[in-house]
Amino acid sequence: MEKMVNIYLFGKQYSVPEQLTIMRAMEYAGYQLVRGCGCRNGFCGACATIYRIKGDRELKTCLACQTKVEDGMYIATLPFFPLVKQVYDIEKISPTQQIMMQLYPEIYACVGCNACTKSCPQSLNVMQYIAYAQRGEFDQCAEESFDCVMCGICSTRCPAGISHPQVAMLARRLNGKYLAPRSQHLENRVQEIHDGTFTELIEALMGKPVEELKELYNHRDIEK
Amino acid sequence: MYATEFQESLKAVEAAREANIACEPARMTAKEKEDLLAAYHPDYKKSEFSTLRVGPNKGETVPHELCELLEANSRIHADDVDLSDVRYDVDVLIIGGGGAGASAAIEADAAGAKTMIVTKLRIGDANTMMAEGGIQAADKENDSPAIHFLDAFGGGHFAAKRELLAKLVCEAPEAIAWLNNLGVEFDKAPDGTMITTHGGGTSRKRMHAAKDYSGAEIMRTLRDEVLNRGIPVVDFTAAVELILDEKGRAAGAVLMNMETRELMVARAKTVIIATGGAGRMHYQGFPTSNHYGATADGLVLGYRAGAKLLYADTLQYHPTGAAFPQQIFGALVTEKVRSLGAKLVNREGKVFMHPLETRDVAAASIIRECSDRGMGVNTGSGQAVWLDTPMIERIGGEGTIESRIPAMMRMFMRYGIDIRREPILVYPTLHYQNGGLDINVSGMTPNVENLFVAGEAVGGIHGRNRLMGNSLLDIIVFGRSAGKNAAQTAKETVPGRLTLEHIARFDAERTAAGVKTEAVSPKLLPNYTRKNSEI
Repeated sequence: MEKMVNIYLFGKQYSVPEQLTIMRAMEYAGYQLVRGCGCRNGFCGACATIYRIKGDRELKTCLACQTKVEDGMYIATLPFFPLVKQVYDIEKISPTQQIMMQLYPEIYACVGCNACTKSCPQSLNVMQYIAYAQRGEFDQCAEESFDCVMCGICSTRCPAGISHPQVAMLARRLNGKYLAPRSQHLENRVQEIHDGTFTELIEALMGKPVEELKELYNHRDIEK
Repeated sequence: MYATEFQESLKAVEAAREANIACEPARMTAKEKEDLLAAYHPDYKKSEFSTLRVGPNKGETVPHELCELLEANSRIHADDVDLSDVRYDVDVLIIGGGGAGASAAIEADAAGAKTMIVTKLRIGDANTMMAEGGIQAADKENDSPAIHFLDAFGGGHFAAKRELLAKLVCEAPEAIAWLNNLGVEFDKAPDGTMITTHGGGTSRKRMHAAKDYSGAEIMRTLRDEVLNRGIPVVDFTAAVELILDEKGRAAGAVLMNMETRELMVARAKTVIIATGGAGRMHYQGFPTSNHYGATADGLVLGYRAGAKLLYADTLQYHPTGAAFPQQIFGALVTEKVRSLGAKLVNREGKVFMHPLETRDVAAASIIRECSDRGMGVNTGSGQAVWLDTPMIERIGGEGTIESRIPAMMRMFMRYGIDIRREPILVYPTLHYQNGGLDINVSGMTPNVENLFVAGEAVGGIHGRNRLMGNSLLDIIVFGRSAGKNAAQTAKETVPGRLTLEHIARFDAERTAAGVKTEAVSPKLLPNYTRKNSEI
């Protein structure tokens, strides 16, 4: 017999098996999810959830697909949060501190409460990456924020109204496009293909009978 | 920490670790692979397939669950919809908000077409977001598109459409450059050299990655670009039926708001199906690594409108789905874990195969180990084998796991398993739809004009098995190409009269074939509520 726990979905009590995640528990209770469910594997950030354990005061946050239910858990999902997303032309901006001032000036209103960091279901140091963004240190911001799934929980807790995931998104794009070292071998290869360097080789392969291709495949040299 | 019932086997794995690191298991011969697949791969289990009785692929076999949907009734009748009441009027309508749809949208928009994305969930709720391991491109000195072609063609059992595969490999470096130029981050050495590894079945190290968030990094950047361009994204809205014109060309879709169930008409000059895969169909009862909406919708929409499927009978079971703990059953354990040196080990601590065979071979080999050979570990909810992750730290040095596969480390750590110190339990999980709608090299279906397809909904690019890192690649290459070509075709298209007559035509064919069914399709979402659980 499965061990059951009592949980409260939007205040209503349900009894569910204790090993379920919050997402599976909602389905067990009878919810056919449309919102608040995406990849079900902790990558997409669709299932931001807020909860409190009966008897505790603290409100906690998590991803519903990555968190097991607990007895006495009051659960409310946050399937949509009106984050600010500024639009920009990636070709026309440059990786300077000014761009953050223009697009996301509210990051300079950060009061240092660290509520964002405490709420992050990925255990990222959110306040730190905002600090990097403030200083225009986009490579650091990109690295520190890399595992962000953009669920937006941090922003729901922020007294300064910062859209942390969008700030980090901008920093990562600036870093990826402008700051990270260029890949010369990639540029060379694109040029070679453009020049038709491999055309004959490919066409020769495409024209070969399957038996010949099987021979080539089965005896190809594999890099160690 | 694993419970006591695993300890005995765990000790055997630990005791053999040093010797297992040193051992280089032989790769299987072509004959060994053939025999293994025929005996153990789910695609070869004839009892799991039925023969289609209606539609363009009548007489061919597909999985039971897919057959039911392909033969099913439309969700609507033609008279449910007033085709003169056009809610959205665009040049290019893109159905699906994953990597292929977003790439197509960016290129169609750049070509000046009025473009719109419609998606039943949110933009980015897609298998692209969950792709962990990487993306292939032959951009190193010792590599070439020709070598990439041979790897993929052989890995796909020589069944790929050659012209599609040639396009895939030849445009791969340009795809990486395009992504990088949009700001996608890749793992690079300080001098800018891409850090590349092997995948199963590759003969050169050409797997580019962004840690083990490769797909997420690509998807979030594409999404950001779609939003920056102001391309409308109509979310929580599914396409439930294609609309054709009097010449039989694709001319839009009937849309349904997923929450209010309101039906709406979207008119377009060209339509791109970019609806992705089918893991949530749970073929043969397998768990899946796919996102919530992977229900083969695009195959159904296209099929009913007259588009042909190719290789719809072949699915990819990723060899390493998480088998324990139960909360993450079926979740993807990226192939990159094996690229970085972890080997597959059975209950007694024995390495039973080369870790980098192609996915179909690796999956079949694990199934054999857990069935006839009786060498699996009992997890409480089935059999599994070990994937010895601590080998990675031994080979690559301490910290390798945290820096190269942080998502894997996090996923298991949530359940108290530290993959740097303890191995993990894995079993194949339904991962990828190798088949799909047939396209020509421009991305258009040969049977329905102005209907384009991109991404996992396409069949034929990879043949009957796909190599790791070639699907992130195909969504970019064929997504962009579909976007450009759909925009160009839209310019040359004079819109016709909208019609839904194909629904009645399909109904008549079904009746004539004597098929009786209550099922409706597309499926849109799986039903996991307790009373109706499909898991």
